[in-house]
This record gives sequence, structure tokens and C-alpha cells, in this order.
Amino acid sequence: MDEGRPRVVISRSARQRIDAEIAKYPVRRGALLPALHIVHEERSHVDPEIAVELAEIFEIHPVDVMEVVSFYNMFYSTPQARHHAYVCTNLSCSLQGARGLLRGLAAHLEVDEHGNTADGRIHLGHEECLGACAYAPMMRVDDTYHEDLDLESAKRILDGLS
Amino acid sequence: MLTVPHVTSYLTEHFADDDFGTLPGYERRGGYAAARKALTEMSPAEVIALVKDAGLQGRGGAGFSAGLKWSFMPAGTDKPKYLVCNADESEPGSFKDRILLERGGHQLLEGILCAAHATGAEKTFVYVRGEYAQPARTLSRCIDEAYEKGYLGPDVMGTGFRHDVVLQRGAGAYICGEETGLLESLGGGKGQPRKKPPFPAQYGAFGMPTTVNNVETFSHVPHIVRNGADWFRSFGTEKSPGTTLFGVSGHVVRPGLFELPLGTPLAEIVLEHAGGVPSGRSIKGVIPGGMSMPILPADQLDVPMANEFLRERKTMLGTGGVMVMDDRTCMVRVACIVTWFFRDESCGQCTQCREGTGWLNKIVRRIERGAGSSEDIDILLDVAGKMEGQTICAFADAAAWPVQGLLRHFRDDFERHVREQKCPFTESFEL
Repeated sequence: MDEGRPRVVISRSARQRIDAEIAKYPVRRGALLPALHIVHEERSHVDPEIAVELAEIFEIHPVDVMEVVSFYNMFYSTPQARHHAYVCTNLSCSLQGARGLLRGLAAHLEVDEHGNTADGRIHLGHEECLGACAYAPMMRVDDTYHEDLDLESAKRILDGLS
Repeated sequence: MLTVPHVTSYLTEHFADDDFGTLPGYERRGGYAAARKALTEMSPAEVIALVKDAGLQGRGGAGFSAGLKWSFMPAGTDKPKYLVCNADESEPGSFKDRILLERGGHQLLEGILCAAHATGAEKTFVYVRGEYAQPARTLSRCIDEAYEKGYLGPDVMGTGFRHDVVLQRGAGAYICGEETGLLESLGGGKGQPRKKPPFPAQYGAFGMPTTVNNVETFSHVPHIVRNGADWFRSFGTEKSPGTTLFGVSGHVVRPGLFELPLGTPLAEIVLEHAGGVPSGRSIKGVIPGGMSMPILPADQLDVPMANEFLRERKTMLGTGGVMVMDDRTCMVRVACIVTWFFRDESCGQCTQCREGTGWLNKIVRRIERGAGSSEDIDILLDVAGKMEGQTICAFADAAAWPVQGLLRHFRDDFERHVREQKCPFTESFEL
């Protein structure tokens, strides 16, 4: 093996899944977003080593990978808290008290309205419309939507996170 | 916890039945008969003519004729042709596609099969917004079921027709709902829209001829193939046939989704179906079609919800996201939320949009906190006017229109802030 190669950081199973995605597209690069989702399931962010390895897989430059990572809200280039909790603060949710909910949760977690808890457990923030407008206010915790919230029910959800 | 529509028609008739989301449950209710009919009894040209005759308009916001769009796909090319299903629903106020994905996955796939036959597409890419992880999982299960049953793959229903469906998840960018932004994202790039022409029918996904349709647009197709153009035209208006899904949110007693004919008066949707605003309050304004569409004041709710009528009121149906605001609402705060959103989501490619969205937000925030001047209101209109029609895609227009709408109908709210040097609406929602 080439001495100059960076150590392999993408797991074998993730690599298999990435290859399966590539096979679905007429052009390798079509599978770049799916690959970034797969990588994010295993690690909190795309670090330079991962970017180099993805660039090799997709036959592009590492900066092309990072350019894509930085464009999208759901990809990260820095270490992340274990959970992401995002309160929707777009119009329908704000009309139903989302801003107060976000402030209440920030006070409860003792963080800013966009910040990580001291133990690295939760990142709290706001997000634009998540498509749950009739069930406001709501928040997205990782992959799960929690709807028709009030401060107490939202606190209980966050307190239950490991 | 996803609730099914409060009012249903043909699209959502079975959405309360959990097994409608499974292939056997869907087939028990007549599912996939339309795809079989299209593939075995109709030529591609006949399917296109039928959808044209039915007058199905795209349900993703622009309202373009679906049949006409399909007819733009080049015939007799040896290039592979693709369909793209736009499931990047991100328009604030809109949540219909999420429910169509969650509850009607096979209905969507059947619509895709009919469209694939009509356009000669060999593959469909379904682009689901990144935050819709659950709907993506649900649809992915439907796709697996369809492959197992031979409804997707190399020999669809034994007809020799090949069709594959690939699901890709977005990753959190509103602009990827714009069709060429979506195509860039699908190709593994930043979701920055392309200049048109060339249109996707010539140069689409991966540079190949492509038709992009919204989730709801595809979902209507099996019903048209099964029941015919005249049946479809028995719903809605002459120019805007069929039903659509109105998502009602904000200050109403019964928020939710309502499947109603196009042309249903806005007042009927808001007051009757959604129960109006809670007692003791009155309506101040209603955004009729998602946040990009200009607001209407309470005295214009008589408008029938179809583009030919909404255009006369200087607004549009958009995605059918109806947002209701009561009499306590500060419209300058509404402007703060609207302009923040577009500032945040501008892809940054075009100067008018990147800078314009920032300035609109800066100025309305200044007015909201009581530091604005009367010239600020004119500057807002000037900036918004200079963003319209100047950029690669319609995002800048979509950012300008709601500000123009708010100033058209609620200029007094802005002027009071300037005069009183504070927000006079003490009971309004919090910013």
C-alpha cells in the first residue's frame, strides 16, 4: 500500500453501503449526498481525513467535498453534540409560541439559544420550516419530529435523551 | 404523530387506513390498476394526451400543465431519460407532500410509473428533503415492496418496460426545492440553480432529458388514468381542475390538512373547515399559498383558491399552505420572520438576491424595534422591486413578493412603528 495514503477511516460496512449507492447513479458523484449521510450516521462530522477519503472514492478534490458539506445545514465539519434539538421558529410555529419555547428550553438546558450543553449531550437551536405547520409548535430531535409541544412536554423529551 | 386530513377526497380517501401504505392494502383498494392500464392498453402519447385533457396543473407552486411538461421530453433520442420527483417540500406553511409520502407511498409510485411510460423515462430519482427522515423510510419500504412484486425493475408487470426508482435525501437547503437547484444537488453538488434555458427536458439530471414533478402532481395521475379526464374535470374550476391539499396553520381552531376542489373560497377553508380564529378574535390577514405568496387582508377571503382568481388579487396558490393571523398580529414581526427566512436560505449566487434579502431583513428589523424612519418603507419597496425578475431563479421574486404584499395591505402597521418608535402591538406573538 502507498505509504503516503491516509489511514482508512470509513468503516467497511459504510464503504459497502456507499458503493451500493454509487451503483444506482449514472455518474459516481450522484451518490455524494447519500455517502455524506452514511458517514454522518457513524461520526458527528466530516473531518479532513474523511474528506480526503471521500474525495478518493468519488474521484474529486477534497475541497469539492467540503464545499458540499458547508452548503447544507445537515452536514457538519466540526464535532457535534450527541443530539441535535431544533425548534422550528418559522411563521406558523412562531404564531403558536415557538420563540418562547426556544427561550424556555435554552434556560432549562442552561445554554444560549444556539449552543451545546456543557456535557456535550444536546445542541439546541432553531430551524426553518420543517413541514409540521398544523402541529405547532414543534421540534426536531435528530430524526424524530415532536409536535404540538408545550414547554413542559418539550423539556421531558430533552431530559429523556442519553 | 401524523394526523390524516380532516376533509378527504380521492387522493386522501384511504389515508386513515394504515394498510393503505402497504402494497397489498393499496392493491385491495384498486391500486396499480391504473399503471397496468397505462402500460398495457395505452400508448405513451395517449397517456400524455389524457393528462393534458384533464388539465392537471403542477402542484409544486408554479401551476404549469403537467401533460404539456411531459410532452417536452424529446422523442427518438438514444440518451437515457429521467423523471425526478420533487419531494423537497420546504415552503413555510406547506406540509402536504409529507403526508402524501407517509400515507400514500404506493399512490406516488403508481403515478411515477404512469409518467415513466408516458415520457419513456428509465429511472426516477425521488429527492426527499433531508429533515423528512421518517417519510423517506416509509417510501423506501414501498419501493422495496414494489421491486419484490415486479412493479419496478427490469420487467415492470411483465410488460418488458424497465423502470427503477432511486430515493435520495437532501440535507437541509430550501433552494433544493427549485427544480434546477434540485438537479445540481442530486448530482452531488451545491444546490445552486442553473440558468434556463436549457430546460430540464433538454439538459436535466446528469445532463440527460428530465421531467421534474412534485409529489402531489404524480399522486393525481393514477386517478386520472383510472377515471378519465372528464371525471377529473368534475372537480375544481374550468381552468384549474381537480382537488388539492390545503394545509391550514396559524391562528385557527382546527389546523390541519384539507383535500378540497381547486376554487374553494378561502373563507370556506379558513372559517368552515379550519373553524376560524378562536372566539373573541378576528382575522387580520391570511397567506394563501405558502410564505412566498403575498398576504391577503381579511376583506378578501371571498377569493376562490385557484390561480386565475388569486392572480387578480396579486397573489397565487403556491403550495396551498394557508397561514392565518388574528387581529393581535404585528405584521412587521411577520415581515421579520419572512425576510429572515429568505436571507438565511439565499444560495448566494446572484447579487440582487444575496444582498437584497439581507437588506430587506435589516430594514424590517430596524422598523420593528422602533428605530426606523419613514424613508425606510420606501427603501423596502425599492429594494424588493429591484430583486424581481433579475436573478437566475425565482427565489429573489419569492423573497420580494411577501414584503410587497405586507406593505400593500398593512402599510399602516409599518408606519405606526415609525411614528411611535416602538412596536404598538403589545399582544402580538413573540419574536
